[in-house]
Order: sequence, then structure tokens, then C-alpha cells
Amino acid sequence: MIKIENLMKAFGAKRAVDGISFNVERGEVVGFLGPNGSGKSTTMRMITGYYAPTSGTVSVGGHDVVESPLAAKRLIGYLPENAAAYTDMTVRGFLEFAAELRGLSGAAKRKAVGRAVERCFLASVLHQSIDTLSKGFRHRTCLAQALIHDPAVLVLDEPTDGLDPNQKHEVRNLIKELGRSKAVVFSTHILEEVDAACTRAIIIDRGKIVAQGTPDELGRPLDEVFRRITLPDTVNA
Amino acid sequence: MNSILVIAKRELGSYFTSPVAYVFLVIFLLLTGFFTFTAGQFFERGEASLGAFFGWHPWLYLVLVPAVGMRLWAEERRSGTLELLMTMPITPWQAILGKFLASWIFLGVALVLTFPVAVTANVLGNPDNGMICAGYLGSWFLAGAYLALTCLTSAMTRNQVVAFILSVVACLFLILAGFNPVTDLMVRWASPAFIDTVAAFSVVTHFDGFQKGVIDSRDLLYFLSVIGFALFATSIVLRNR
Repeated sequence: MIKIENLMKAFGAKRAVDGISFNVERGEVVGFLGPNGSGKSTTMRMITGYYAPTSGTVSVGGHDVVESPLAAKRLIGYLPENAAAYTDMTVRGFLEFAAELRGLSGAAKRKAVGRAVERCFLASVLHQSIDTLSKGFRHRTCLAQALIHDPAVLVLDEPTDGLDPNQKHEVRNLIKELGRSKAVVFSTHILEEVDAACTRAIIIDRGKIVAQGTPDELGRPLDEVFRRITLPDTVNA
Repeated sequence: MNSILVIAKRELGSYFTSPVAYVFLVIFLLLTGFFTFTAGQFFERGEASLGAFFGWHPWLYLVLVPAVGMRLWAEERRSGTLELLMTMPITPWQAILGKFLASWIFLGVALVLTFPVAVTANVLGNPDNGMICAGYLGSWFLAGAYLALTCLTSAMTRNQVVAFILSVVACLFLILAGFNPVTDLMVRWASPAFIDTVAAFSVVTHFDGFQKGVIDSRDLLYFLSVIGFALFATSIVLRNR
């Protein structure tokens, strides 16, 4: 579903993402691992069409993200970093807005909102304004927005960041379940998540892929593998 | 088309769920009232027209329109929702137009709420209501031109204060290019043709016609091109995020 070839993004002289290639098929959950600032978010922003690549291509469901952005974006559900949402809206208003932008209306919209609310356990806060929500609910609201049109591809940027252990567990299970029928990419720097939810992990450091494979192939314990192949940000490579 | 309406609806909704709309409407109506009746000497003029009302609009909008528009893109940038919006299956143009139209409609609502001024003129005398309508139309286009410039400055920054100040300066320039005290200063060293060219860039020059009841296609074209240019520049700024 997602095909990435030789993807590169430069900000000035700095290459945030430097020649990354990988594919993600339906039924896969790919964990995108790396230290902070390694280019995870930048890569995800290029997959979702927010950043234009400096060079290389991304195609989603056969549609090039740069050439035919609308067709590609229709297939993607995206949870941005920090779960950005319009804080002045109610949860229901926000989800309806997302559904409408996805071209849903009338009964189809109501059904989509109902399904997303059920999946992300939002029924109790449906009429609350988003700025009054706890971080967990806010995160789930943004996740519900990404799921609203039942997309074939899910791109989740740190979906468990800032959640408590129970919420993390719930989100991981949700990702695992969604991964059976969709192509899912999610980024994290929490290594247990790889074991808990991924079918495959890709480790990137300084914009380059340094290792990939199933959690078992990467070797154990994972955090030792991770520390061995990535450099702390205090080292100038 | 549909996406433009969805975005415009959300944007309008966000004005009215926050205090922005109510504070703006009250202040706008108080200020128009004060400038028209006290500073503009509406009654002392002894003429049944809204000259005292419309004459202040370029100056009043100078502060109030940037206040309405400064959050349009700066807020999206600051809160990160820009990323959400730009990864939705919509074109940047749909987002730009939707947001612009919502704010422009909001300014239109504020303008319509000044109807008691027109009613007062009609009760006290027999004003030319065609002229009043033309004045309202011109005033709305004037607000639209300021608003489009505010969209542009708002897209450049994540800081609303910076967006506000930049747009006030840009709008001030559009006023001063045709403001009499300024053009009088230029007489000493510039040729009349040069002064006319500079003045042709001013909103004041093009708003004058509307106040006199003349809807000139050239004036309309001027306002539409300022709006078009500023929104086009907005799309370029947003593309280079």
C-alpha cells in the first residue's frame, strides 16, 4: 500500500531524511523507531503529503503523493504528532468536521462518527469541548479523526506519547487489531511497543535506515540492539 | 466546492464559540456609532447621507480587520492543526478560500448590524438609498481587501501579534498612498502623473466612488485584484511551509 523509494528531505544543508526506501503492505503494522530527531516525523509528513520530498517518491495505493495528492490523501488516516485538534470544537463537532472533509454526509457521516466514537471510547465526552479534555481523551479524539473514513492506510506519529499505562495498552491493542485489515505505520521510541504491536520494525538514525526486520530478527534484548546501532544525539557523526 | 463550505462553516463557528465574535461586534458597533455621530458630526452636517459613517471606515478597519483575521493561519500553525488540515483530501485553495470567505462573511454581518445608522438617516430625511447601498458594498469590499492582506501576513507566522502588526502596516500603506495630506506632500517633487499612479494603489481612491453611489467596474476590479493577489501570495507562503 505504501511504497517509498529513495526518499530525501533537506532543510537547508541538513538532511533530515536521507535516502529511505521501504514498503508497507495491507495486514502489516510497521513500527518506525529511532532516537528523537532521527527523521521519523519528517518521513511521516512526507507520506501524508504535508512536506514535499526534496527527492525520491512516495506512493500510497498506487497514487504518487506529489502527483495526485488528493487520491493519495483519501486513502490515509493520519494522527499528527502531539494530536493536534481544533480545541474550540466539541468532540462530536470535530469528528463531524473531519467526516465532512472526507466527503461523508447524512447517514454515512453519522455512522462513521458513531463507529469512530465507539472504537476510541469517546462516548462519555462527546459533547465536551476539546480543550477541556485530558490528554488521553484528546489523543483518542485525534485518533478517531484518523479512523473516521475507515482508511486503508494509517500513519500514526507517536500514538502512545503522553498516555498512562492503561491507555497505552488500549492504543496498542487497537493498532494491532487495525493492522489486520490495513497498512499501519506508527512511530515510537518506546521499545516494548515493537514487541506488543508490530509485525515489523524499521530503525532509523540520522535520516537513514540502520536496521529492519521482525522483532525477533532484530535480536534481543531490543533496547541493547537499539543502543548499539543508533548514536546518542551528543555524538557528532 | 463542498470542502470550501465545510471549512467556512467551521471557521465561522469558531468565531462564535469564542468571545472574539461578540467582543468584535460590540466594539465595532460602538466605534462606528461614536465616529459617525460624535466625531463625524452626523447631525450637525444637516444632510441626509451616510458620508459621516463611511468616511471613517478605511481607518476603523485598519485596526479591526487585522484583529479579525490575524488568527486565521497563525493559530493553525501554532496549534499544529495546519498539519491536520493540509493532510486532508482538499486543495490548499479550498482551505484558503474557505477561511477567507468565513471571515469576510463575518465582517459582512458586522456591517449589516450597523443598519440603525441607515434607518436614522431615513427617519430624519430622504437620503439616496441607492447611494447608501453602494457605500455598504464598497465598505464590504474594502474590508475584504484588508482581510486578504491579513490572511497573507497570518500565513507567514505562528505569532498572531506579528501577523496583526504586519497587516496593519500593509493596510496603512494602502490608505496613505491616496490620503490627501500625503499626496499633497508629494506635489513638491513628483509629477502629477506619478502621484496619480501611486494614488491608484490606494483603497481610499477606490472607496470614494462607492461613497458617492457609483459602482465602477474599475473600482470593483481593484478590490478583487487586491484580494486575488493577496490570497495567491498566501497559497505560495503556505506551500513553502
